Amino acid sequence: MASAAAIELAHVTKRYGKVVALDDLSLSVTSGVFGFLGPNGAGKTTAVKILVGLARPTAGGGSLAGASFGSKASLHKIGYLPELFRYQSWLTAREVLALHCELAGLERSRWAAEIDRILATVGLADRGGSRVGTFSKGMQQRLGLGIALIGDPAVVLLDEPTSALDPVGRHDVREIIRALRERGAVVFLNSHLLTEVEQVCDSVAIVDRGKVVAQGVLADLLRTSSVRLRASGLSREGRAALARFGEIDDGADGAILIRGVEMERIPDVVSEAVRSGARIYAVEPQHETLEERFLRLLGQ
Amino acid sequence: MTATFVVGRQVIAEAARRKLLLALVLLTIVVIALTVWGIARIEDLRSAGQPLSEAQRRTIVSQLLILVMFMFSWVLSLAAVFVAAPAISGEVESGIALALLSRPMSRAEYVIGKWLGLVALVLGYAIAAAVIELVAVQAVSGYQPPHPIEFLAFVMGEAVAVLTLTLAFSTRIAGMVGGVIAAILFGIVWMGGIVGGVGAAFGNETITHVGTATKLILPTDGLWRGAVWSLEPAVVLAAQTALGPAAAANPFFATEPPPAAYVIWSVLWIAAVLAVAVWSFRGREV
Repeated sequence: MASAAAIELAHVTKRYGKVVALDDLSLSVTSGVFGFLGPNGAGKTTAVKILVGLARPTAGGGSLAGASFGSKASLHKIGYLPELFRYQSWLTAREVLALHCELAGLERSRWAAEIDRILATVGLADRGGSRVGTFSKGMQQRLGLGIALIGDPAVVLLDEPTSALDPVGRHDVREIIRALRERGAVVFLNSHLLTEVEQVCDSVAIVDRGKVVAQGVLADLLRTSSVRLRASGLSREGRAALARFGEIDDGADGAILIRGVEMERIPDVVSEAVRSGARIYAVEPQHETLEERFLRLLGQ
Repeated sequence: MTATFVVGRQVIAEAARRKLLLALVLLTIVVIALTVWGIARIEDLRSAGQPLSEAQRRTIVSQLLILVMFMFSWVLSLAAVFVAAPAISGEVESGIALALLSRPMSRAEYVIGKWLGLVALVLGYAIAAAVIELVAVQAVSGYQPPHPIEFLAFVMGEAVAVLTLTLAFSTRIAGMVGGVIAAILFGIVWMGGIVGGVGAAFGNETITHVGTATKLILPTDGLWRGAVWSLEPAVVLAAQTALGPAAAANPFFATEPPPAAYVIWSVLWIAAVLAVAVWSFRGREV
């Protein structure tokens, strides 16, 4: 069944024997760069494999590029870089790309130009004629990324695309992802690297042990800030009143941290504290990084 | 359909690039050179100080050729096992299959493409090696086996049968394990053929049935009997047949070709095992 979303997972569960890899996972991506973020073993790779039909869900369903998982109609419109990227070591990079041009159904007359474009994009322009067997891991990952870009797919799934890359390579990948967004492609980025996700993703889902623990537009998730209050004479009632603004943590230095307070509400927090008889020495708005939020969510 | 041929072509490209073809060509040249040299030396043999008669020479050449071709059929079948065993499992283990199978290609296209590529590889080698060997032997000895085309067909059928079985294993189990299992089965069936022959020689029905059963379960030995029959000159055939059922125990001899029904069975068997391979890989998560 066609769906407006480029990527749709509806109540997907995946079990390997007794191990639950995905637990009633639902998410929907319609545009932009989507970050699927989680620690190792959270089920990220399983989710992508289900999307491209390499694995089957135990329960649930969904669609990729408007068609069912693993169907030819869907696979014609996507590009995929697997987490375990290995290519035919006995072929040259150009030959591997030509093989994928052919399998992707590109007209033969377009191959040469497409391969040149891809090699230049992923920074392998001068190694096109070399055997893949002579490539470093990072170069193989660049090649894999190039393979995922063949034929300008509408949806690009990248599973840990920078795992083997140096800082320059990581920068290049970010640029490639931004370029994909520019031309309107939907990118599904699996990563355990928060900084990577923070820099390129429009929306994210944080997954842990097969479950989504937070999902939303990145700006919204990041807007969830906190405020540090150094005050004396805060009564029990006053503390209870402040708890209505957000979760309260006691800092080591006697300050309290109220989480989940948006910037506009900080004056309200202060007046509430003053009303309850507390004396305020410092108010420090804090912008929670995705990493802090990530760790906090996983710690729950 | 395109995907099938792309996958098949890749099998041959890999064999060429990994220098498998080169190794086969070099080793085959060595084997052919040795047999040709050996057969040429038969001229020098003497029986009670006299040169051998034409009939004696022919008989010796024919039996030598059967032994050489028996080795050829084993090498061909085992080579088929070696190339087929990792054909799918190796790509799944390494991760090469992940990028391939996420292209618009069905699992059936992938498996059948692998099969076609492997069959082309094995048959191409079989035809080239056997033709050169037979032509070379004829050149030095003047001897030509009575049914060379049938011989080739039977030997190729034998190799394709064991190749298909090994490829089916490769959809589920590691290349090393699948290869060992297929090689052992191949050996068991060969032994089963001899056991069945012993049963026939001594008129024991139960033991004969064992041989028949193994020939049906994996048709390699049954097809080998067809190959060996194709190489028997009429004089040897007559002499051995005169021995009666006792000759049935000899794995290098067959009084008659396998019946047409058995050939049909072998073709259906190969098709069925290939279908099982496709079905098995369809259910495989990679």
